[in-house]
Amino acid sequence: MNRNSLTKRLVTAPYTFWMLIFVVVPIALVVYYALTDANGRFTMENIMAIVDYKKTFGVSVELALISTAICLLLAYPLAYTISRMKAHRQSTMVMLVMLPMWMNFLIRTYAWMTILENNGLINRFVRMLGGEGFRMINTNGAVVLGMVYNFLPYMILPIYTVLTKIEQSTIEAAQDLGANRAQVFRRILFPMSVPGIISGITMVFVPAVSTFVISKLLGGGKTFLIGDIIENYFLGNTGTVNYNIGASLSLVLMILILLSMAVMNHFDKDETSGGML
Amino acid sequence: MKKRILSIVLALCTICGVLSLAGCGGSSGRVTLNVYNWGEYIDLSVIPEFEKETGVKVNYTTYASNEEMYAKVSSGAASYDVVVPSDYMIGKLIEEGLLAELDFANIPNYKYIGEEYKGLAYDPENKYSVPYTWGTTVVMYNKTMVDPADVADKSVDLLWNEKYKDQILTFDNPRDAFALALSKLGYSFNSENPDEWKQAAELLRQQKPLLQAYVMDQVFDKMEAGEAAIAAYYAGDALIIQEENPDVEYYIPKEGANMFVDAMCVMKNTQHKAVAEAFINFMMKTDVAVKTAEVIGYATPHTGAKAQLDPTITGNPVVYPDTQTLQNTEVFLNLTPEIGQLQSDLWTDIKKD
Amino acid sequence: MKVLSRIYNFLVFGFLYAPILVMIVYSFNATKSRTQFGGFSFRWYTELFQDQVILKSLYISLAVAALSAIIATLIGTLASVGIHAMRGAKRRAYLAVNNIPVTNPDIVTAISMMILFVFFVTRMNGMEMGFGTLLISHITFNIPYVVLSVLPKLRGLNENIFEAAQDLGCPPAKSFLKVVVPQISQGIVTGFIMAFTLSLDDFVISYFNSGSTAQTLPVTIYSMTKRPYSPKINALSTLLFVAVMILLVIVNLRRSGENKKEANH
Repeated sequence: MNRNSLTKRLVTAPYTFWMLIFVVVPIALVVYYALTDANGRFTMENIMAIVDYKKTFGVSVELALISTAICLLLAYPLAYTISRMKAHRQSTMVMLVMLPMWMNFLIRTYAWMTILENNGLINRFVRMLGGEGFRMINTNGAVVLGMVYNFLPYMILPIYTVLTKIEQSTIEAAQDLGANRAQVFRRILFPMSVPGIISGITMVFVPAVSTFVISKLLGGGKTFLIGDIIENYFLGNTGTVNYNIGASLSLVLMILILLSMAVMNHFDKDETSGGML
Repeated sequence: MKKRILSIVLALCTICGVLSLAGCGGSSGRVTLNVYNWGEYIDLSVIPEFEKETGVKVNYTTYASNEEMYAKVSSGAASYDVVVPSDYMIGKLIEEGLLAELDFANIPNYKYIGEEYKGLAYDPENKYSVPYTWGTTVVMYNKTMVDPADVADKSVDLLWNEKYKDQILTFDNPRDAFALALSKLGYSFNSENPDEWKQAAELLRQQKPLLQAYVMDQVFDKMEAGEAAIAAYYAGDALIIQEENPDVEYYIPKEGANMFVDAMCVMKNTQHKAVAEAFINFMMKTDVAVKTAEVIGYATPHTGAKAQLDPTITGNPVVYPDTQTLQNTEVFLNLTPEIGQLQSDLWTDIKKD
Repeated sequence: MKVLSRIYNFLVFGFLYAPILVMIVYSFNATKSRTQFGGFSFRWYTELFQDQVILKSLYISLAVAALSAIIATLIGTLASVGIHAMRGAKRRAYLAVNNIPVTNPDIVTAISMMILFVFFVTRMNGMEMGFGTLLISHITFNIPYVVLSVLPKLRGLNENIFEAAQDLGCPPAKSFLKVVVPQISQGIVTGFIMAFTLSLDDFVISYFNSGSTAQTLPVTIYSMTKRPYSPKINALSTLLFVAVMILLVIVNLRRSGENKKEANH
């Protein structure tokens, strides 16, 4: 038996080593930089400086929340209809949902520029019909659209997965017992799909709140998100490189996301158990 | 099924593995020169020419602003051999000891550089840099979209004109953006008075709602396609944009403009200093300098190349301004660390609010 | 209702595919315009294959994806076996660390490794950020996904067989290969493919950790978006899209073919 536990320790050794050096130590360095000044002395200044960025945090969270909500509203009906299709059609549809995900998101975002510009495809079409044309590119709306477009499949897939587990007969039984559509949704579908919704929300919210590319390409550098600021402090596009403030912003972002995930998981447990009763 | 996927994957790995070995074998014998230049700032056909001539492999990468370049080279984590910063950035790099002193015996073509581009404030003893291009900043406008009355006075105020809300573009780098505001206020671009910088920041803050976007080289697409009506950018680029879209006009604002010199330098930590100098010398060959000037549109400091260029270009008073206009321009100097920090903080504040 | 839901599905898929369609159409544009179609041509495809920067970064992307996926699969699979045998706090600690790169936003993972690299690289003479740091960063974010796909497969594993093989004189390494690996091969393959695609698709982590010499394709694409527009980017996207589509169709056809075979037996 000793022989066995030794082998088991040996097999984890490379992993333990790797994760320690390249995951744990870097996170520790982030914390270290966040709590020290340029000379390496302990300071809370960087953490206090976060107050200056509360507006940026606000905008980032707001845009990410709006995008997540839109994704959820768009994704749920689609996921539901796919889950009620015949098996072979389901796999085709899932493939169709996944296909755009395989394209690099920079390319997908870039494509929207052509469509949204003042002389872009939509405005040319509107003017052809005699309309005025309107401004879409370089607005917060364009940034939200970019987020929804990029992350929508991440919402569809987990919801679809939980919905396939609901037997059609369950829904029919409820209907036979006199439940209307709204009741079926409220009492059966929704409670049973909460785990999928939760993972969908995290999979959309986390990349949306931390993006810096979508805001740059579709926001014209006027919509500044928390990701943009972190990028600037590490790559110095504004003229100064400051790892300390950059690290403290990252730390706060990390904690923000951990907290919201803890809250979400809490909901998850409550709701599913509540739904089951 | 599983086996098939596995075999496909394994085949793929082997191919990649073999490729990567081949890649290593190929590159190890040759010297690789890392050249880091502005985007759209070279005639790309000259690079293979240099490689053929010398057997050196050139790894050519680009940046969008001096600040981006500075962050990369100063972190020390990436190595570059030749860089092409602007004046004030050269001053900063020299001060921080990041540039190598050049051996001009390896750069005989330095003789072509006009005397007026030598001994400038950022490198007074001509030890570190070989001028590549020079020019001024300009204000561009699309004459089909802008009322002639608004440009009659050739003022920088056009960039603050509320009539053109959402149709104005400006620099996405702090130094150039602040220069516009400082010139509007009549202050020096190298001001050491924090109050003046704060006033300029206030102007930039007022400008933000009027802007369509902060851009660097995206200005080409936007102005060529008529996406925006007004933009501030560099004279040489305005010339190229006008070739594509004849509706675009440009002027040096009456309040003054920045006169810049971008020069080739060699990083101190280079391992191929002589090769880097050979590259600079190659870029200063008359025929190469002519190609460069023709493709990028900027004014050349190379006397031999200037003589061979189309006289309509060298006679263009915006691209090659006369001495009287140049008296109204100002060169950027390296800011003191305090002012540099202030500028950067103010810029971040403007961008994030 | 049926019709309504069809229309709805059509609209959502239209939204998902419209930009891709636009790109494909404009990749065949004879002129440089972003919006006006000036006739059909393969001009941008020809230019694409002459662009050394793009070709080199494609090669680097493939090399990093393959190497990082192989190494991550090795480390991750072995680790899963070890973690599977763990209990209590130790197991929870391992899983928590494993989840850090999965749950953290990419940008945080990226800058945390960048800090590490800059910290060490600047202290070691002659070292620089490049292919090495790129590869390390990719292996790091790939490993957890391999663990996550292998670990559940081990739950169904009969451990007695592994011990029986050793009792019969088979050395541990060999009995692992002969007895355990075949039972979890599906999880290993899934983990590998996931690692490969994640690595190929990654932009943020490569952007912060690639240095001057090793740009991946997404990093090159990003720098292209900052420069004057060239339809080459559309040609490149179209090719990538077609490649992915063919791959997915093949995988799907094979799967349905095997399903049929199984049904016939």
